[in-house]
Amino acid sequence: MSASQKITYREAARQALHEALTQDERVFLMGEDVGRYGGTYAVSKGFYDEFGPDRIRDTPLSELGFVGAGVGAALGGMRPVVEVMTVNFSLLALDQIVNAAALMRHMSGGQFNVPLVIRMATGAGRQLAAQHSHSLEGWYAHIAGIKVLAPATIEDARGMLRPALEDPDPVLIFEHALLYNMQGELPVDFSGVDIRHAAVRRTGKDVTLITYGGMLWKALEAAEQLAKDGIECEVIDLRVLRPLDDATIMDSVRRTHRAVIVDEGWRTGSLSAEVTARIVEQAFYDLDAPVARVCSEEVPMPYPKHLEDAALPQPEKIIRAVKGLFGKTDS
Amino acid sequence: MSSSKRAPGIDAVLRHPRELMIALLKNMVRIRRFEERCAVLYGETKIRGFLHLYIGEEAVAAGAIGALSPEDAIVATYREHGHALIRGVSPDAIMAEMFGKRAGCSRGRGGSMHLFDAAARFYGGNAIVGGGLPIAVGLALADKLQKRDRVTACFFGEGAMAEGAFHEAINLAALWQLPVLFCCENNLYAMGTALARSESQTELTVKAASYDVETASADGMDVVAVHEATVAALERVRSTQAPFFLEYKTYRFRAHSMFDPELYRDKAEVEEWKKRGPIHNFSARLKAQGLLTEEAFLDIDREAHEEVERAVAFAEAAEWETPEECFADVCAPETTG
Repeated sequence: MSASQKITYREAARQALHEALTQDERVFLMGEDVGRYGGTYAVSKGFYDEFGPDRIRDTPLSELGFVGAGVGAALGGMRPVVEVMTVNFSLLALDQIVNAAALMRHMSGGQFNVPLVIRMATGAGRQLAAQHSHSLEGWYAHIAGIKVLAPATIEDARGMLRPALEDPDPVLIFEHALLYNMQGELPVDFSGVDIRHAAVRRTGKDVTLITYGGMLWKALEAAEQLAKDGIECEVIDLRVLRPLDDATIMDSVRRTHRAVIVDEGWRTGSLSAEVTARIVEQAFYDLDAPVARVCSEEVPMPYPKHLEDAALPQPEKIIRAVKGLFGKTDS
Repeated sequence: MSSSKRAPGIDAVLRHPRELMIALLKNMVRIRRFEERCAVLYGETKIRGFLHLYIGEEAVAAGAIGALSPEDAIVATYREHGHALIRGVSPDAIMAEMFGKRAGCSRGRGGSMHLFDAAARFYGGNAIVGGGLPIAVGLALADKLQKRDRVTACFFGEGAMAEGAFHEAINLAALWQLPVLFCCENNLYAMGTALARSESQTELTVKAASYDVETASADGMDVVAVHEATVAALERVRSTQAPFFLEYKTYRFRAHSMFDPELYRDKAEVEEWKKRGPIHNFSARLKAQGLLTEEAFLDIDREAHEEVERAVAFAEAAEWETPEECFADVCAPETTG
């Protein structure tokens, strides 16, 4: 076992950015309060002094403008990392993400690719109410022409940026806001991750839990509880929401014969719906039970803690859903 | 622009080399003939989808784009056939694009509204009103960061000035002092909505000036005025490394698109503007000054026709892209990681 360092998810994301800025002069970070303020989630703290205002570029509150400027800068030979403070505000930049960044390569007959990375915080759980609690990464995963990443672990927070920047096409990275303070081990000789495959975070033979982002940890917690009841869950962290790694999902489902998808998005038209459809299309005859889903309640996120908790997927809900597949109900 | 240079009574065409004046005329005629043919081809269903003709506005593309250097970038709208043509995108490739053929400048995937050409630094062909503005800012930012001395010229209609994208883009360009030439083609109608019905402030230079950028307005029906204004504006952008807002007051003679019954404007108004037609007025001026003969004009016209017919023949003969090729080219074939 090699040596490791204990760091936070925030620090991991910070190290990744620092490495990119140090190694490639074309890389610059742009967004609201990334510079003097140090980053809304303090990911870029200290960068402004170290790399200067040209490369750690504070923007006005102009999501459409600066995301579009990122598209243009990428077309002009730079490797911009655009930070949109949260997914909620990315709605103001949708035209540039969907109509420009995603379509440009194909629409231009392959002449103009957009090597742009857009990072944003996502998710609920901090009592920030309806307009600051969206989980729309599944929505973005609908768009042809972009890649959508959801780092859930320290390793992915540290490792996904590099291949994202090497990718010649736009990549969106969704960092769950609840994960920034999470601590974990990063091997000292960490050599990177891919952005192609889902990861099996826990092996098990009885049921496959498929999830991503902040929900990974709730799924793992549920899996621990279920193990005590004799149900061994395999937990898949999708990591890459577009394109989906069907092989890893189907390989697991064919062994466990049961699948539960845990998705912080609203159920209707969610990423969980897409994963369900693919399992039904590709592994229907391997299933011993209907595919189950644990998603957020279809309600604008309420502010009080007990209501927010009730609206979100929780380990207890996951446990209930899993047991339901085995004909068991909680007493 | 530079009215001090203008001696009263002397036509501006005499201030420039004859070759330049003839080139400007030629380019306007090329656009006109190309688009007239497109309209016919649309009727023959060779060209489908949306087709937005530039007829009436030719002086803008001819005068402005002729002032740019080859290193400069162009970001245009969905009414961009003329811009592409004048920029040097091959007429064959443009026409093949209109036909949807693989030899088109965007492999036939985009059609009339999505002309692209990397070699010409022609960045579209954007069919979202205002969509090109933030991209132009980014292209200029990349130039500034990489210390390249080039300008990004962004064309947009006055309708785009009601979009948030315009305000965000010009603010960023001014804030960061980026070499963007904002080229506003004010043809008075955002599709069917007249300027006064869509803007509280109809003086567009006043709007733009609030972002602390230099502005000017030019007669967009006069190719020499367009050219001079653009040369002067580009000189300011290059020397100040700051954005400049240039309005071209122009008019579209044809409908917004081929589907537009033109219920929103009087025929008399259109006829009034047609009297200011950029091609016949300019050629009349050149003739009056002894710079052009009718025979020379007919030669120009014939060459323009021939260019279009060659392009049509090329497009007719070109192949279609296969679904397999087309669908496989959404992202890079093999990505790292």
